[in-house]
Amino acid sequence: MISALTVAERQLSLMVLSLLALCGLAMAAAGRGDALGIHGFIVLAFSLGLIFVVISRYHDPEPPEERLSRYYDDPTKFGIVLTMIWAVVGMFFGVWVAALLAWPDLTFDAGWASFGRIRPVHTSGVIFGFGGNALIATSFHVLQRTSRARLPDQFSPWFVLIGYNLFCVLAASGYLMGLTQSKEYAEPEWYADIWLVIVWVVYFLIYIRTLQRRKEPHIYVANWYYMAFILVVAVLHIINNLAVPVSFGHAKSYSLFSGVQDAMTQWWYGHNAVAFFLTAGFLGMMYYYLPKRAERPIFSYRLSIISFWGITFMYMWAGSHHLHYTALPQWVQTLGMTFSLVLLVPSWASAGNALATLNGAWDRVRTDATLRFMMVAAVFYGLSTFEGSFMAIRAVNSLSHYTDWTVGHVHAGALGWVAMITYGSIYALVPWMWKQERMYSPKLVEVHFWLALSGTIIYVFAMWNSGIIQGLMWRTYNDSGTLAYSFIDSLVAMHPYYIARTVGGLFFLAGAIVGAYNVFMTIRMSRTQAAAAGTDADVPELQPSTAVQPGE
Amino acid sequence: MATEKHDPVTGRLTTGHEWNGIEELNTPIPRVVFFFLIAGTLFSIGYWLLMPAWPLGWTYTKGLLGIDQRTVVTRQVEEATASRAVWTDRIATEDFAAIAADDELMRHVRDTGRTLFVDNCAVCHGVRGTGGPGFPDLAAGAWLWGGDPETVAETIGVGINSTNDDTRVSQMMAFGRDGVLEMAQVSAVAAYVRSLSGQQLSEADRARLEVGQDVFTANCAACHGEEGKGMVEVGAPDLTDGNWIYGGDAQSVFTTIYSGRQGHMPHWQGRLSPVDIKILALYVGALGGGAQ
Amino acid sequence: MPSFHRKLERNAIGFVIAIVAVASIGGLVEIAPLFTIDETVEEAPDMRLYTPLELAGRNIYIREGCYACHSQMIRTLRDEVERYGPFSLAVESQYDHPMLWGSKRTGPDLARLGDKYSDAWHVAHLINPRDVVPESVMPKYGWLMRNELKYDDLGLHLAAQRKVGVPYTDEMIANAQWDAFGQANPDSSYAQGVAERYGEATNIRAFDGDPARITEMDALVAYLQILGGLTDAAHQTASARE
Ligand code: HEC
Ligand code: HEC
Ligand code: HEC
Ligand code: HEM
Ligand code: HEM
Ligand SMILES: [Ca+2]
Ligand SMILES: [Ca+2]
Ligand SMILES: [Cu+2]
Repeated sequence: MISALTVAERQLSLMVLSLLALCGLAMAAAGRGDALGIHGFIVLAFSLGLIFVVISRYHDPEPPEERLSRYYDDPTKFGIVLTMIWAVVGMFFGVWVAALLAWPDLTFDAGWASFGRIRPVHTSGVIFGFGGNALIATSFHVLQRTSRARLPDQFSPWFVLIGYNLFCVLAASGYLMGLTQSKEYAEPEWYADIWLVIVWVVYFLIYIRTLQRRKEPHIYVANWYYMAFILVVAVLHIINNLAVPVSFGHAKSYSLFSGVQDAMTQWWYGHNAVAFFLTAGFLGMMYYYLPKRAERPIFSYRLSIISFWGITFMYMWAGSHHLHYTALPQWVQTLGMTFSLVLLVPSWASAGNALATLNGAWDRVRTDATLRFMMVAAVFYGLSTFEGSFMAIRAVNSLSHYTDWTVGHVHAGALGWVAMITYGSIYALVPWMWKQERMYSPKLVEVHFWLALSGTIIYVFAMWNSGIIQGLMWRTYNDSGTLAYSFIDSLVAMHPYYIARTVGGLFFLAGAIVGAYNVFMTIRMSRTQAAAAGTDADVPELQPSTAVQPGE
Repeated sequence: MATEKHDPVTGRLTTGHEWNGIEELNTPIPRVVFFFLIAGTLFSIGYWLLMPAWPLGWTYTKGLLGIDQRTVVTRQVEEATASRAVWTDRIATEDFAAIAADDELMRHVRDTGRTLFVDNCAVCHGVRGTGGPGFPDLAAGAWLWGGDPETVAETIGVGINSTNDDTRVSQMMAFGRDGVLEMAQVSAVAAYVRSLSGQQLSEADRARLEVGQDVFTANCAACHGEEGKGMVEVGAPDLTDGNWIYGGDAQSVFTTIYSGRQGHMPHWQGRLSPVDIKILALYVGALGGGAQ
Repeated sequence: MPSFHRKLERNAIGFVIAIVAVASIGGLVEIAPLFTIDETVEEAPDMRLYTPLELAGRNIYIREGCYACHSQMIRTLRDEVERYGPFSLAVESQYDHPMLWGSKRTGPDLARLGDKYSDAWHVAHLINPRDVVPESVMPKYGWLMRNELKYDDLGLHLAAQRKVGVPYTDEMIANAQWDAFGQANPDSSYAQGVAERYGEATNIRAFDGDPARITEMDALVAYLQILGGLTDAAHQTASARE
């Protein structure tokens, strides 16, 4: 992959990596005796390792000019592999976390292994590690195909992909050491936050530069969503992470806002992380891979417009539904609730648009597990947004908030929508990327599908049960007009559901492992074929019609 | 530039664009979408008019209904308190004997007392009140400060060695650590204490019973009484009944005498209402022995 | 509309600006007024600051992820008020950078936990929750008792807190580490200063039962014992409304 970079790009890589190594060194020096120092060493080791990789291929010949007539897919391929790895890691931690609530002693007598520290490893591992890599990898692919333009250069996509994964590594290793800002889905500390801003700016630049050079007159819907994802996440991230570090030698920081303002900023962020990371980004994915795999046109262009702008506008008002009945002034709750309700319309418009796109391809849904992944994802997207709007009603939220019902809703969205659409897209994408007819084993795709679906259903039903039981037990009154159950009573009642959830999670994890195996075997298949045939496996034989512009 | 093209399956017109093989149909937006969009907006406008909703710089619209979540919950709690008054008023005013004699009232005490107890007391005294190491068994009928409901209510209200100004105060001194007794004396009196509850003693322990008894009379009887039956005035436990807070095995008893003990029972005045405290006193009394 | 949109989607920069503009409105309308409407945060003249030891404890609470299971927010709902006490006010977390309201109650709400249980109980519970509450699924935190508290840099922490708006005085910042030591070591000469700077009502005790060592347990228990105790405003609001 290094040999595909031009010599100038190799030099740029070495320069940037050396800078990064210096930053690592500075962190290690300033943060002696603090966890910041350990992160300094991680950054240092990370960049030195990459410097070594670049140097080992530094003297390879300059890549042929002819590369510019092909799309640049190396970062996408690498991103797919990372996605599959993070999925297994993140979900392994999910199962562990789930098991701890059923059997709390299933751990080690050490801080890193305790519930509060590995829970964010799970959430960040799946959202940022798995979801984020999937979004970056697919966005590079979709962007080029729908713009008929090559990525602007070969360095910046690697910078984004690798820089982003460095962020993920800093996040996860930080949690294990107890480094967290405690803001859900924004837990990493200040220096990791700053790093992500840099990575994100480059990501945006890649996007806008490619779009500027597009050969298609119109920007395709998928790119509207990917762009909304990139832009809004940047805004959210910067504002919610404003903080003052204790010193430049401390990893610890104190958030700029406090109390009620901090709560509102956090949930404005938290809700829209759901909206623009877990929804908009993956809708972008869906808008490309679903019609492509189904070989059907999008059901309605007009519906796309209304749902896109509806989602972009309304989601941003809905965050206060995370704070119903709290010390947040009620007027904000009112706005959050009403906008969440209307939000259902554009959400279902998107889900409906996807499902109606399948008209004329339902026979394929039956036979093709890859397409079925995407179809089920659209269904779960509709289901979880319906549930979300329902839970945003104050009266409903008074029951559901703080309970496992929320966790059930999260995973209806996360497993049913986010993970399913990702797997569907990856199963479509992998054979294209590695120039194969199909996945190594379509049977295993089928196996994965059923594991994922049954795991999701077990998980979600367990949590609906436990959440509603929990919520009801907390507020049930006896004949005397006093509370009927103690907190501990509700805790005891959760036990069977926590076991069931662990089982559901194990199913889903097993599916993720099967998927990873299938992808790796497909890659291996392509390697052995390429070696046997002795051909350049990178010929874009699947897009013969796409006349790529020659170079910059 | 858009060329007229129909989708062969549905017959619908496409937009004429194509991105790497993907096309879009120009299907009109289904009417139901507008219906729900308008319905949702109308509902929202209605809701905004009635409830606190829009910020106006230094204030916000209060809504025609004048509703505020804090007022609402305060009223709900008041109403609930008022509707319970039929029986809580009687608990508040009648004396314990009268309440205990009333089956109807005692039913309320049991229903209400259990949740109160488990939410507030069970972490120390256990869900069934049977205690645990360091926390007394409230069901055993072995009372430190007395088991009649008035006394128990007082104990719950002010706590023991708590941060309350009127707390009950008790302390078992650290006879060994503070050098009041020699090690041998501690061992001897430990053996003697264990003999009081009829434990089987080893040969060695039996040999020091006499020394132990002397030490006990000189140092311990002041609090635990000549016969070790305890003293409710100072909260000193009965050592003869086989009921232990900290354990009756040789090691635990030795540690108690060597290092002393000062249990901490929080006070509940201020956190729980007087009626709740009365309910708890009755509930605790009914756990096991009750007044003795 | 489609024709306007047709134009917009041909212009990448225009599209970018449109997205940012459309997406900014909601946050602006909902967040900015929280800084300008005075009644958002109630008055509480008796509000006190976290002592350095309590702040260190709070940081341990964050580090261990207690907020993942415990809320610190009693909602305005009858059952919550009757179970946990008066509903939480905004002012109670006025100095909380960040707030720890939480979003999941795997364990009970802790907003009014202070002074509810004894130090010894907290220590036993944190070392192994199932020793005292057999039904519990809370993790064990044995290392809190083993780890010495790092308190020599607490002055920097207080200074950073002041930068984000918490009114620590120069004196408090200068004495931060000694105040932390003194609060967990009541017999030391530093104990007096804590009461002078943070009020007579401050808890000054060997929270972990051992005055000779200042452990992370000391700090965390000191923090837990002040939860709900920084101001009496919530109780006053409750009785004023009756
Ligand atoms: C933090 C732990 C803790 C909690 C919570 C607690 N207790 Fe106690 N309680 C104790 C300890 C320790 C003692 C014994 C004090 C001693 O050793 O002198 C005690 C003693 C008592 C006694 C006195 C027993 C006697 O023999 O006189 C009563 C009654 C009692 N508790 C009732 C309650 C009730 C009712 C509640 C809840 C409202 C409660 N306790 C909550 C720790 C606790
Ligand atoms: C100042 C009064 C006082 C004196 C003197 C005293 N005790 Fe105690 N003792 C107490 C109190 C009060 C307790 C209960 C402490 C608690 O529950 O925290 C207690 C508890 C005990 C216990 C623990 C009982 C259990 O259930 O675990 C033992 C054993 C004991 N004392 C033995 C002795 C012996 C032996 C001596 C003399 C060497 C002695 N005490 C002297 C007040 C005293
Ligand atoms: C896995 C979830 C979980 C985590 C993480 C957790 N707890 Fe808990 N906690 C519980 C549960 C469940 C209970 C109720 C049972 C009990 O009392 O142990 C509880 C109870 C408590 C209680 C008693 C509250 C009451 O009013 O009875 C305190 C105090 C407490 N936890 C503090 C902490 C602190 C401090 C931390 C972090 C260092 C923490 N918890 C982390 C689940 C958790
Ligand atoms: C193997 C599958 C999985 C299992 C077993 C699992 C399990 C869990 C558990 C036990 C929790 C903690 C709940 C609690 O604190 O009570 C959790 C939280 C969470 N998980 Fe998963 N998870 C899985 C997959 C995923 C995936 C794929 C995603 C996202 C793409 C995801 C996103 C989340 C989020 C966002 C939370 C936080 C929820 C909240 O704070 O309300 N999980 N998960
Ligand atoms: C119309 C769309 C949606 C609405 C209105 C909505 C609404 C809600 C509501 C009301 C809550 C509970 C807040 C609380 O009580 O604490 C919630 C939590 C959550 N939802 Fe949604 N939801 C929507 C779609 C989705 C989707 C598609 C996902 C994808 C994964 C998702 C992920 C989450 C997560 C992760 C949380 C947990 C936040 C936390 O407490 O940590 N939501 N949502
Ligand atoms: Ca952060
Ligand atoms: Ca100590
Ligand atoms: Cu939300």
